[in-house]
Amino acid sequence: MNNAIKYSVAVALLISATLIAISIGTVSVPIIDIVKIIGREGLHLPIGYDVEEKYISIVYDIRLPRVLLAGFVGASLAISGAAFQGLLRNPLAEPYLLGVSSGASLGAVATIFFGLSLPVIGNYTLPLFSICCAFLTMVFVLYFAKKIDQAMRVETIILTGIIFSSFLASFISLIIALTGDELQQIIGWLLGSVSMRGWRYVAIILPFFIIGSLLLMVNTKELNAMSLGEERAQHLGVDVARKRLLILIAGSTLTGAAVAVSGMIGFVGLVIPHLVRKLWGPDHVHLLPLSMLIGAAFLILTDLVSRTVISPQVLPVGVITALIGAPVFAVILLRQKRESRGEG
Amino acid sequence: MLVVENVSGGYNEKEVVKDINFSVEAGEFFGILGPNGSGKTTLIKLISGILDLKKGHIEIDGRSIATYSKKELAKKVAVLPQLSPQVFPYTVKEMVSLGRYAHHQGLFRTWTKEDEEIVQKVMKQTNIIEFQNNSVMEHSGGEQQRIFLAQALVQQPKILLLDEPTNHLDLAYQKELLDLLRKNAKEEGLAVVAILHDLNLASLYCDRLLLLENGRIRMLEHPDTVLTEELINRVYATEVVKQPHSKIAKPQLHLMPSKKSELTEKRLTIDETCLSVYQEQIVVESTIPLKTVSSAVTGAGTGWYRYFVNRRVDETYHCLDHRKEMQDYLEAHGFPTNQTVGMMTAVELADVSYGLHPGDGFSVFVVVTAGVGNAVDGTRSEVYYGPVVSGTINTWIFVNGHVSEEAFIQSIITATEAKAQVLRDLDIKDRETGTIATGTPTDSMLVAATQQGKKLDYAGTKTELGTLIAKAVYHEMKRAILNYLKRKDRGD
Repeated sequence: MNNAIKYSVAVALLISATLIAISIGTVSVPIIDIVKIIGREGLHLPIGYDVEEKYISIVYDIRLPRVLLAGFVGASLAISGAAFQGLLRNPLAEPYLLGVSSGASLGAVATIFFGLSLPVIGNYTLPLFSICCAFLTMVFVLYFAKKIDQAMRVETIILTGIIFSSFLASFISLIIALTGDELQQIIGWLLGSVSMRGWRYVAIILPFFIIGSLLLMVNTKELNAMSLGEERAQHLGVDVARKRLLILIAGSTLTGAAVAVSGMIGFVGLVIPHLVRKLWGPDHVHLLPLSMLIGAAFLILTDLVSRTVISPQVLPVGVITALIGAPVFAVILLRQKRESRGEG
Repeated sequence: MLVVENVSGGYNEKEVVKDINFSVEAGEFFGILGPNGSGKTTLIKLISGILDLKKGHIEIDGRSIATYSKKELAKKVAVLPQLSPQVFPYTVKEMVSLGRYAHHQGLFRTWTKEDEEIVQKVMKQTNIIEFQNNSVMEHSGGEQQRIFLAQALVQQPKILLLDEPTNHLDLAYQKELLDLLRKNAKEEGLAVVAILHDLNLASLYCDRLLLLENGRIRMLEHPDTVLTEELINRVYATEVVKQPHSKIAKPQLHLMPSKKSELTEKRLTIDETCLSVYQEQIVVESTIPLKTVSSAVTGAGTGWYRYFVNRRVDETYHCLDHRKEMQDYLEAHGFPTNQTVGMMTAVELADVSYGLHPGDGFSVFVVVTAGVGNAVDGTRSEVYYGPVVSGTINTWIFVNGHVSEEAFIQSIITATEAKAQVLRDLDIKDRETGTIATGTPTDSMLVAATQQGKKLDYAGTKTELGTLIAKAVYHEMKRAILNYLKRKDRGD
């Protein structure tokens, strides 16, 4: 398929998802009004004076930041998933399954628990700690996986990730037990949610999202080479040690920041790149940006489902992504096994 | 092009290869051999920059590889890896295009017209252009290997390193791949450095061979010098036999399985019990293949055969393609042609003479059919281009012993001398020249040995085997010719 068509489809999907998600809720807002409100409030255009005042508040103060946050989180998780998969030549690698999300969570929970706040960066203390913990977890997981199995087989990495996840989760449980109150809130956060966050959180994730995705975007050729194996990548002229570090930092940044603002949302990084690869091929030059767009649209829509399906109750969005993601994981694993057993 | 000097290196603390010195020129096909664990792959990894050198240095195009960046190095050296399973379904063209990575600089590198031309050219050359839009995963091992070769070639390297490129490939793909590599080496001046497991392929394709043993160079020479039975047996701790390729001037090594099977343990003697004389055929049948040297119609030259057929044809037998006709005949009579030596004669088979002649620890069984109606003196007669008349003395010598290569040839000389002596003693003359004949125009001879028991290294006229063959052949042939002459006298 022509590249222009691929991107048009992805962008169109993202825009429609955004508009639909803003429009639907306990109070429905007509799409034309949404466009006017965004034009007036966001871009300060001289339009939309006929829109009802309560719509402006719903759209601009509640739904728009929520949808944007969902979009950035979805994009971050999808693009970092795609990058991890290429780097580890493992279609099952994903921040959540690799234990990176758990690491980031522990960092975030610890920051909240100890009430840490570094001077100067203030608000950004939380994501920074998450990112550092995410990166450290990633490094540990890969180190152990390599120790266990030089060839770093798909299952070894995932198994190591899950073991680290459980281990880190026990620390999170400990901290929750120690806090006592706010229990419901932290558990809700852990299950992954973008509700009631507001513009502050959008501002928190935005710089990390830009840095992380830019870092990955300039390394797509390298990801292509590394998806053939690190030694092969070096044969082709890739400075593997440096590029690997860059990609791991970028992936951890995206995951850490996403977890800091929304908790643990699993499987987005697995499902979206898988889908994009199926539809439009594995070339990372396009896989990364397309996964980003589709990932954003996907999380916006799943968040919409999570707040409407048992309304007025709100389901954590992580529950829905896991509901979709786990079966996809199973299918990919089955197919992998069949291929490695099959005629070589 | 490539200079390797005093190189030592390996993983962690261990030095897997030590004190390696060699150089490879442009256009050369350079083979690296050695048993498992001798350091072949380590050496390749040192040259491709995957492993760091512990000692010594490696120069490419006159520059130490330590001074090359990863990208610069990839423009000089490409590697064809062993096949590994693919994870992502790249198209063939995408896969090949990844080889251009090193030629792109800066953040905003674009795909140039030059890139496209090179990729198209190489895909054509490697015969993968017609499936450039398919997924790599759909293709067989042989085709995937070609795709990776294309990926390496679009790097436009000066040196191509290969680690057992023919692994997991079937025969046709092995040949195709190596032919392609050699063509590239000769035509484009590519230096090819290949680890090869198959010594015979190495012999066929490599200009020079480097034999590694325990991480050190054991020998670096032309294939014919490296591939000797002694050296290979010692380095690989095995048993091989060296023979020239039957069509080209390259040595080939054959493995010797250890002799344990019951069949070969049982000692075999070829004698009268193996012989059957019929109206139209004399047949010797062996339970095991005998090593045979003969000038027969079918199964001529050197080989291993179980059935030996001397077929009587009419004196007027004439056939344009007598080899084909003979094969058809043998097949029709139930002899497997690839296990059968077939001769022809026009004489009465009842006149055959045969006998077992015992020696010290070995024996010789000789079978002769002889007709001398068209005897000639080869030293005085002229070349004759007419149809072949099957008059003929056919001599079969079966040796129950282990006969060396030279003894086979000497046996034929000795037996031929005995034949000449018989003709002289019986005063058989060439009708045209009136001198003593040396044979007939279509004489055929066969020496076959069981290759068991006593080792018989020589068969000259003064050796055990030689004297026995001379006497046995003389005795049987004289009787056969007398039988023939008697029948002629009776006017049959």
